[in-house]
Amino acid sequence: MSIALYLQTLHFLAALLLLISFAMLSQRRIVGLITLFAWQGAALASSTALVAWVTNQHHLYWSAALTLTLKVIAMPWFFYGLVRRLNANRDVEPMINIPTTMLIGIVLVIFAFNLALPISALSSTLMRSTLGIAMACVLLSFLMMITRRTAIPQVVGFLAMENGLFFAATSATYGMPLVVELGVALDVLVGVLVLGIFFFQIRETFESLDLKHMENLKER
Amino acid sequence: MATGILLQIAQTLLAIVLAPMLLGWVNQCRAWLQGRTAPPITQPYRTLRKLFHKDAVIARQASPLFRIAPYMIFGCMALAAGLVPTIANDLPLSPATDVIALVGVFALARVFLALAAMDIGTSFGTLGARREMLVSFLAEPALLMVFFTSSLISQSTELPVIVQTVAHKDFVLYPSLAFAAVAFWMVSTAENARIPVDNPTTHLELTMIHEAMILEYSARHLALIEWAVALKLYTYSALGLALFIPWGIAPQGDYGALPLAFATVLIKLLAGGAFLAFLEAISAKLRLFRAPEFLGTAFLLGVLGMLIHSLLEV
Repeated sequence: MSIALYLQTLHFLAALLLLISFAMLSQRRIVGLITLFAWQGAALASSTALVAWVTNQHHLYWSAALTLTLKVIAMPWFFYGLVRRLNANRDVEPMINIPTTMLIGIVLVIFAFNLALPISALSSTLMRSTLGIAMACVLLSFLMMITRRTAIPQVVGFLAMENGLFFAATSATYGMPLVVELGVALDVLVGVLVLGIFFFQIRETFESLDLKHMENLKER
Repeated sequence: MATGILLQIAQTLLAIVLAPMLLGWVNQCRAWLQGRTAPPITQPYRTLRKLFHKDAVIARQASPLFRIAPYMIFGCMALAAGLVPTIANDLPLSPATDVIALVGVFALARVFLALAAMDIGTSFGTLGARREMLVSFLAEPALLMVFFTSSLISQSTELPVIVQTVAHKDFVLYPSLAFAAVAFWMVSTAENARIPVDNPTTHLELTMIHEAMILEYSARHLALIEWAVALKLYTYSALGLALFIPWGIAPQGDYGALPLAFATVLIKLLAGGAFLAFLEAISAKLRLFRAPEFLGTAFLLGVLGMLIHSLLEV
């Protein structure tokens, strides 16, 4: 296989990542959202492994394996269990209706692509032009966190944002040092576990996972 | 030149003859996936034969437009089927239209169908026509975006050039085409009145879009419209194959490649039909007011394809 074909496959996986980000933005069901998150993790892991193969950066294999175990297997499994036990899988209307969210998403993508152009011109890596896609993924996940009312989609949005950042690191500088990556992965894992306990607490207190009830906690 | 014209006629006739078979195949696959006993693959032919043998009943108030419309619709679809490269590339008719004109041909058929539906003055016909217009005015820009993505890659809106660029030059993976392909599937379900936008087998008038428009037609007129529906599905499938997986279409003047091209097209249509049936079996029909959202997503995917092209492939 020629280097051009590797690069095209990488670009293809990057485009897939963006496509999944948009699908997450338009998804109403929580279980569907979690499945999409798992797929995003799979695309991310395979693109990282491919970069490792092409550029002979062995520490990237470790981060690909980490992504695969944590974000494709462990976390979706944990979330599926959570949704089943919380009985939270209903259609949720987001705060802004979905077509408007998608339009804002397109604007964000254009913004991110333009923002990334000068940065990727400075970089010398193989897949520098995918930096724009990575930034678009980060912004789209951010948008998802803003437009969702309930707790689980917000956490999934947070994790998707982490996926985007990870991809940005891979495409701009061939990934962070392994120690940093391990630290981030552990942080995210612990964060998810803690948030999982929070879900139960929130539901116990307010009898709903809708975070607007938390505004009642303000002092007047 | 004479061989080219013969080949052109052969390709159009092939489309007209094969189209009901594709429809039968999709229905058969869907029946299998739903655990029903499947109708034979030739069922659409039998329906057409039955309809052609019946006497037509036409409302007393019907204007000539109502009689002309089925012939116009069938003519438009046959023309469109002839324009899309299926077995041979760059035939004599193809310089006549590019993809944008092809969208226009589809639109012409749709206008006649909607006018004929309103012509009789029944409430269901008008309802169907209005819904069809709602769906199609959203589907058309999305379809154009898909075509623009392909055109940006090959620097031309002519279908033969697009096929030539993707199929007969160096193999290149285009990420933007992935977006365009998803958008194209979404648009084609809307345009062909299939699940999730419309249900072709429904008997409930209130949820009908396409079926509501043709309620008043009978016998040979209905047969022509049904045939045109099959042709439209065939044309869209051929269009999807030509845009996204055109390998196997014989290049211009290469007559030795024709048998292989024919076999490839058959295999691709069978696989594509089964895939379409699978996608239909796993999705549920959307409420009518979710359709704009569905098609809006298709439009955005088309735009994203163009953006991705400008970021990654220039």
